[in-house]
Amino acid sequence: MIKYLLIIVAVIGMAFMFYPLVEEYSVATGLNDLANTYVYGSVKDLNMPNTVTAVVVTYRGLDTLGEVTVLFLATAGVGFLLRRKRKNSETRRHGSEILQTGAAFMSPLIILLGVYIFSHGHLSPGGGFQGGVVIASGILLLVLARVDFKFSHGIIHFSESLSGVGYVIMGVLGLLLLGVSSFLDPRYLPMGEYLYLFSSGAVPVIYSFIGLKVGSELSSVIDSMQAGGCDQ
Amino acid sequence: MIVLIGGFILVIIGIWAMLAKKNIIRIIIGFSIVDTGIHLIIVALGYVKGATAPIIDTAVKMQSSVSTGMKLVTKVVDPVPSALVLTAIVIGLAVTALMLSFTIRLFKVHGSLNIDDYEELKW
Repeated sequence: MIKYLLIIVAVIGMAFMFYPLVEEYSVATGLNDLANTYVYGSVKDLNMPNTVTAVVVTYRGLDTLGEVTVLFLATAGVGFLLRRKRKNSETRRHGSEILQTGAAFMSPLIILLGVYIFSHGHLSPGGGFQGGVVIASGILLLVLARVDFKFSHGIIHFSESLSGVGYVIMGVLGLLLLGVSSFLDPRYLPMGEYLYLFSSGAVPVIYSFIGLKVGSELSSVIDSMQAGGCDQ
Repeated sequence: MIVLIGGFILVIIGIWAMLAKKNIIRIIIGFSIVDTGIHLIIVALGYVKGATAPIIDTAVKMQSSVSTGMKLVTKVVDPVPSALVLTAIVIGLAVTALMLSFTIRLFKVHGSLNIDDYEELKW
């Protein structure tokens, strides 16, 4: 009884804490200075239509590197906790005929869509994180459909490490070619033509590395959960 | 405004679920609800009245003159909260997967999903 009372007190306390956020909220009618700098800088300096990508990859690129590291740590934790056991593929049913046929047809298309999303991240809504998740969902469909679907762990780990190292190398190249305080500055590659695929410097390359990394990491999460979860 | 209130309600529901529920998987679902609510709040804080997505292509009208340089005619929303939420969604997914794998390990070791059966950290 006292426990429920405490829970109610805690919930009401949290509601009271958050309430000023709702009460003092008023819809903004214009951008603040920081957002203005980012929006205009993205078009003028970086030649990039998608300003969200400009913030994620360039202006706050170091934060994104940190986020990718957090993602890597979480994936490593999942892989550590759910180590693969032998003889585990017998306990699970096969997917139905419809699921198997549909997965065989759809999965390559879903993965292709993921590649499209992350390679066009600087032009259209999308980018590395979303494209990576779409790729992982294609892999998930394959894993659901076929019990005997096996990853090549070598390829997954190779693409994960390669994209991580590539991301850092692209950042360091900016540091080397453009001078100090330009880590992850993409302007050392040609800026290209506005609204074309090969534009805005190194951003498509960096975002493709992020997309590959997120996709392979989430695929290995799916694989660990499938392998570690079904042998009990 | 409705997005902000919806996110606020989701955060409260999720905190209640995390505190009141006994099943570990339900606690994780509560965490996910808090996560979603916070995403909604952040996106709502970045909204600008009558604005469109911050992608400066042909749909966004621009005005350029020699004296003032380039100026947007169509309003766009703040890109910074969108960028924050973009990464936070993927990180939330990975953290949820990590918590679920902890749950799988706990279930393998103790054979229970009830949080009351784990008394090692109680005082």
